[in-house]
Formats: sequence, C-alpha cells, structure tokens
Amino acid sequence: MANIRKPGVDAVLVGFGWTGAIMGMELTAAGLKVLALERGENRDTQPDFAYPRITDELSYGIRGKLFQNLSRETVTIRHTPAEIAVPYRQLASFLPGDGVGGAGVHWNGHHWRPLPSDLRIRSTYEERYGRKFIPEGMTIQDFGVSYEELEPHFDQFEKICGTSGKAGNIGGKIQPGGNPFEGARANEFPLPPLASVNSAKLFEKAARELGYHPFPQAAANASRAYTNPHGAQLGPCNFCGFCERYGCYMYSKASPQTTLLPVLMKRPNFELRTRSHVLRVNMSPDGKRATGVTYVDAEGNEVEQPADLVVLCAYQLHNVRLLMLSNIGKRYDPATGEGVVGRNYAYQLNGGASLFFDKEQPMNPFVGAGASGSVIDDFDGDNFDHGPLGFVGGATINSINTGGRPIQQMSLPPGAPAWGAGWKKAVKENYLYMASVGSQGSVMAYRDNYLDLDPTYKDVHGQPLLRMTFDWKDNDLAMTQFIGTKVEQIARAMGPKQLKMNFQKAGAHYDVRYYQSTHNTGGAPMGTDPKTSAVNRFLQVWDVPNVFVMGASAFPQNFGYNPTGMVGALAYWSAKAIREQYLKNPGALA
Amino acid sequence: MKDLSYSDRRGFLRRSIAIVPAATAFGAGGVTGAALAQATAPAPAAAPAASPGAAYSPVYFNADEWKFVQAAVARLIPSDDTGPGGIEAGVPEFIDRQMEGAFGHAATWYMQGPFVEVSPLFGYQKKMPPREVYRAGIAATDAHCRKQYADRPFAQLSAAQQDEVLKGLEGGSITLDGVGATDFFGFLLQNTKEGYFSDPIHGGNKNAAAWKMIGFPGARADYADWVDRPGVKYNLPPVSIAGPQG
Repeated sequence: MANIRKPGVDAVLVGFGWTGAIMGMELTAAGLKVLALERGENRDTQPDFAYPRITDELSYGIRGKLFQNLSRETVTIRHTPAEIAVPYRQLASFLPGDGVGGAGVHWNGHHWRPLPSDLRIRSTYEERYGRKFIPEGMTIQDFGVSYEELEPHFDQFEKICGTSGKAGNIGGKIQPGGNPFEGARANEFPLPPLASVNSAKLFEKAARELGYHPFPQAAANASRAYTNPHGAQLGPCNFCGFCERYGCYMYSKASPQTTLLPVLMKRPNFELRTRSHVLRVNMSPDGKRATGVTYVDAEGNEVEQPADLVVLCAYQLHNVRLLMLSNIGKRYDPATGEGVVGRNYAYQLNGGASLFFDKEQPMNPFVGAGASGSVIDDFDGDNFDHGPLGFVGGATINSINTGGRPIQQMSLPPGAPAWGAGWKKAVKENYLYMASVGSQGSVMAYRDNYLDLDPTYKDVHGQPLLRMTFDWKDNDLAMTQFIGTKVEQIARAMGPKQLKMNFQKAGAHYDVRYYQSTHNTGGAPMGTDPKTSAVNRFLQVWDVPNVFVMGASAFPQNFGYNPTGMVGALAYWSAKAIREQYLKNPGALA
Repeated sequence: MKDLSYSDRRGFLRRSIAIVPAATAFGAGGVTGAALAQATAPAPAAAPAASPGAAYSPVYFNADEWKFVQAAVARLIPSDDTGPGGIEAGVPEFIDRQMEGAFGHAATWYMQGPFVEVSPLFGYQKKMPPREVYRAGIAATDAHCRKQYADRPFAQLSAAQQDEVLKGLEGGSITLDGVGATDFFGFLLQNTKEGYFSDPIHGGNKNAAAWKMIGFPGARADYADWVDRPGVKYNLPPVSIAGPQG
C-alpha cells in the first residue's frame, strides 16, 4: 500500500537511459506532461565524467563505479531448467548500467543497423534453405517490422548521435569504402569515419587482400565537432582510451547526456525523479489497463504515481522482470512453449585473437576510442551461404582498439606464466606490441533459454530476482568455430610474431566469470502474433495497450551487431506510432 | 526541434572545451592534461610518492598477516632487473587499503543466501567477503606451511618453497581449512596485479613504476595526434591522476 500518492501525469517513463531520453523528447514534443523515474543517481559530464578522475581504471573499469550495484538487485543464472539457479553475485559477464544515461553512458559507441534479413530471419532462412534447416527447439522469429520501415529512424538516431562512418549503400547504390552488405540508406553518415589506429590499418589491409570487404566501424564517437538536430554539441574524440566502462570527458561519445538531456531537462512539461525505484506497474481491476506505477523514493517511501501511459525504458533484464512483477502478459512456460513474457532470451557468442608484434611495430595500444577500427560483415547474418555449413547466424569480425588499460586489457602470448618473474617479463615485452581481432556473433532463440522469476532469491525490496536459464547451443557453437577459422586467417595475414586464439569449443557451457557482452536480449519479444510475442510491432503490450516496452527486450533473437542502433531506432518508431496514432485513439495499434 | 534555451548549454560547453583540449593542444609537446589536472585534482587519499620500502602501517592486516602478504606479493611479482617488484610498487599497501574499502567488504556484490555449491562457471558463491577470505586464507596457509615445513610460516620459507605453496593454492592441490584455496589465491593474484597497474592514487604502482616499465602513459588520456603514426613508439612518460610521477 503506497503511503504517498502523487498527482497524475500523462506519461511515466520507467528508467532514464537512451530509450527514456528518446521517449522523453518525443512525448514532451507532443505536448504530454512526462515524468521519468530513474532508480540510480543523476549524472552528467561535469562533474561525474570529468578529467582526470575518469581515467581511473580501478574505480571505473574494474570496480564498476557506473554499473548496477548488485548488492541491491541481481539476476540468478542456471544452464538448464533442471538446475537450481544461483545469483550473479559479482559483475563479470555483462554490465548493466545504473543512473541517468544508463548503459548509454558507458558503451563504446559501436553504431549499427541490423541487416534487412536480420529482421525477417525465419522467413529468410525458410525461403533460402528450406523449413527443415532451422533445428528443432530453435524459436527464432521475424521482428514484425521491416528494415525499410525503420530506415528513417536509423537515420534519425545516427543524426542525434553524430555518428562517424562511411555508408556502403545509399539508395541501393553500393559505395566504395563502406559496408556493401548493409541495407539501403537514405543518407551518408553525419560525420566521416574516425581516423584508423595502427592495428586497424593492418586488419584493413589483410582483410582486403584476402578478398573480404573491410570498412570503418560506424562510431558514435564524434570524429569532428558536431551539432545535432536538437542543437546539442559534441567535441571531437581524442582517442583517450577510456571509453567502454567510462563516461566521456570530451563530450565526444553520444550518450543521453551529450545529445538529448541538455534540451529535454529544460522543457517545462518534463520532470525527472532520480533514486526512484519502480516496484510495479499498477493495473486496473480488470487487468486491461495500467493506472500508473508504484515506486520507492530516496527516503524509502512507497509512492503511487498515476499515469495514463506507462513506458518501460529500463535495461532489457529489468523491463522483463517488471512485466512479470506486474503480472502483465502471459508468463512463458518452456514445458509447453506457451506464454510470451520471458520467451526468447538471447545473448551473443564472441571470440577473439590476441596478436603480438615485434619491436619494429609498436601498437601503442592505449591510443584508442570505443569504436575506432575496421570491420568486415562478410560472415555475418545471411551475407554468406549457410547451406553447406549447417548453422544459422554469423558474426562481424573486427579489429577495434578501445584502449590499452593494463589491468583489464593486458593480453599475453601462449605459454606466458600467470605470475612470477616470467609474467613480469611477458607484460614488459608484449604490452606495447599487442593487438586484437575480435568477433561478435549472433545467438539464436531456443525453447529452453528463457527468463522467469526466481523462487528463492530476493532484492533489497523483497521482490523476487529475475532468473535466467541459458546455455550455449550447438548451432551457435558451430557458428563461432567457423568464425574462428576466418579470424585466424585474417590475424595471421596481419603478420604477428605470435598469436593466441580464444573461441568457444563444441560442448562449451556459459561461464559467467569473465566479460563477454552487455547485449542481453529478448524476454519481451516483438512480433505480429500475440501467441509468440509480448509486444506488437510498435512495442505496445498486446493485452495492455497503455503500456509500451522499449529496448533490446523486444529482440526475438540476437544478431552479430551491437544493439544500440536498433534500440534507438525502435524507440523513435514506437514514439511515432504513439504520437501519430495512439494519442488520437488510445487503444491497441494495428 | 531547435530549442533556443540551448544557448546556455553552448556557453557552458565552450567554457569547458576551452579547458579540456588544452591537453590536446599541448599533448605532443610534453605538457599534458595531467599537468593541468595537478592544479585542479583533489589531493589523493594517501601520499602516492612514498619512496620504495617506505613504512606503511597496515590498517586491516595484523602483523603476521602483513608478513604473509608481503612475502606472497614478493613472489607473485618478484624484484629483478626486468622492472619493479610488487614490494617496491607498494602492492601490499594497495591490498590493505582494498580490504578496508568496498571491495574488501563485497559492498557491491549480491551477498544474500542461500549459498549453494555449484559449478565454478557461476562465479564466487561463498558467504565470506574478500577481507575474510584473506584472513582465513592466510591463517590456513600459514598452518599448512607450519605442518609441511618444520613449523615455519609462509613468510619464513625459501623463495622456492613459497613458490611451491603458491602453485599448490593456485592449482587446488593444497586444500585449506575453512576457505577455498583457489578462491583465496584468485583474490590475492587479482589484487596484486591491480595494485601493480592501477593509478598510484590507490596506494600501489608507486611512482607509476609499473606503467613506466610497460610504456602505459596512465592518465594522459589524450592521443589524437598519435593515431596516425604507425611504427613510432609513444615517447612520453606516464602521469597519474594526481600529477606527474617520479
């Protein structure tokens, strides 16, 4: 029972990262009175990301000052439905953000659009390889929205971010130097690509000589001074090497703080309340409409906040959990395959090669930006023939140098000891000469990889933790093994004196102890069939039309790209539907 | 969507840019952003410029534990011609300070029970925060050493014997009473490397000596003019968040 009741608002946003900021901008522009509730602290470039304190690897990169505090809430994890799940007690495998800006503060800024075929993956594979190609238990499905429908919003989000890159396909015409596999764009990127660091130059040359199609990684790290359509200004990236896991002290990395909040925070019809943790979405007695939310404020009061429209804008895991805690949508049951909330949780399966060069080729690894590098898309999505390979999916392969921070980013050649005199000699001899080639691989959706509520473990508010049931599957392990052969081929062609490969083997199990990716997806998949999707193609909950769910929780499976470009575009797509259709006639969108 | 009220923000941006890229403008010439930082940064929590071997009184560890930590660090990163050892780098001080901070207390870890024994793939699942793991781990390792090596604790063993014990903890061939040997060794090695390579403001990496050894420029964090210089080794010494070192 709430002990405070606040005056109602037109729309309440739960969580204030990228999608909260986008929705805040779009709904206030439509004249709505909008309230954002963020459970973390307020943060801005000054003073929170200011130089020199932000260059503290221990506090930010290792201890995770900008990440979710797991002592308050975490998830539990197990490999199969038959096991007992245990808490994800220390941050490692994935790093959800916390506070204003969310993970949009500490991302690297790899800015991608999915392939047109990624958005209709089941249709694509059935058409090209036949229905039987998709293995039993793989529950991949089309997004229900097409690349062409989203194109204006991909474009819009790139312009907001001041993204630096080179187009590969403008209006169907292939452009030299860009990604020839990408969907057609209306426009070139707003800024030219970032300059290329040493390791990326070697990768670019090697990949080209092998007949592949390297192009500069599209970077939401500004390559030049830039003013976005809202008038927010970005400064040029200085390759400081403190990007992912850090806030940007140079106003170069696109984040809600650098691109949207300077405008949004001044709008009179917008309000932000931080340290406000939403416990649940409140429902009408018949369960057909949301009436607002209940949250715990900074002083521990339980506050009822009425709202006509509720938009869940938290991280993927939290959106799914909040739907479950609010009894919105039918809970997914892996035994029957029925239900939608918790369905199709997916992740990414990455691999990499560490390269060590001789003394004539210093790499100066600390010269880095979050998204500075070169990449190929030749073995990603359906850009290659899967017929003889037998698996679904693929990976982007890149050489991106985000920095050379010595605690986290030191890699050593094969056989180097973990400590002692030999370790010290190895770090001294190899640090300046190390480079990497990495792969970012898709993970498909499966009947028994899913999310629900844990029966045992609780958060600080006494609510059940989200439970993740997830393990690697043969299809995706076959994908990463194949990609490993390509990575090794390119890495060898770059001419290192030593090489160390790190790819998951057949039969490997998900190991939460080391960082892999903060690209958790699914659990509230979007689609066109209410039996297999939690939200419709506008991200509106099927059963509760005044609740919308943003973010990567809507991905029905995961692709080989960073999700933020898609997450931003989907938020704009959804906001347009709310503004142009829903507000005129608040009900289920068709 | 142009918002006129945004001019305030622009003025603010111009002012702050005028400060920050001073580092960019002068980076190649040897005057760095960190020199600027020295003027504005708050004083570090403890004197980072303490000379090698300078006395530091541990806050968390007792006298016997402190002997163990120093002896172990001296083997994990020994002193030799390659570069500074863990002792000169102040790693024991770093570890002691970590025990008193959020890490030692597992303040940001989920520490609610039940604590279940599962595959190591799910990470550390024990009830003891790191500072208790150290306390129990040191006592149990010393007890093991006394039993194995004629009543001598770890700190009194020869270097070769100490290495043997550390390998036993690392590989799990030594089992300890009341604490996981691999858990203990894992924290010890992780914290030792952290202390060696983190900014000197945290008490280790004295005079940024470990950074000098490998060539990491530390808090300079400003390399726009170094992106396009293939084959050229970066040539400026490291700086700390607290300013120039050594």
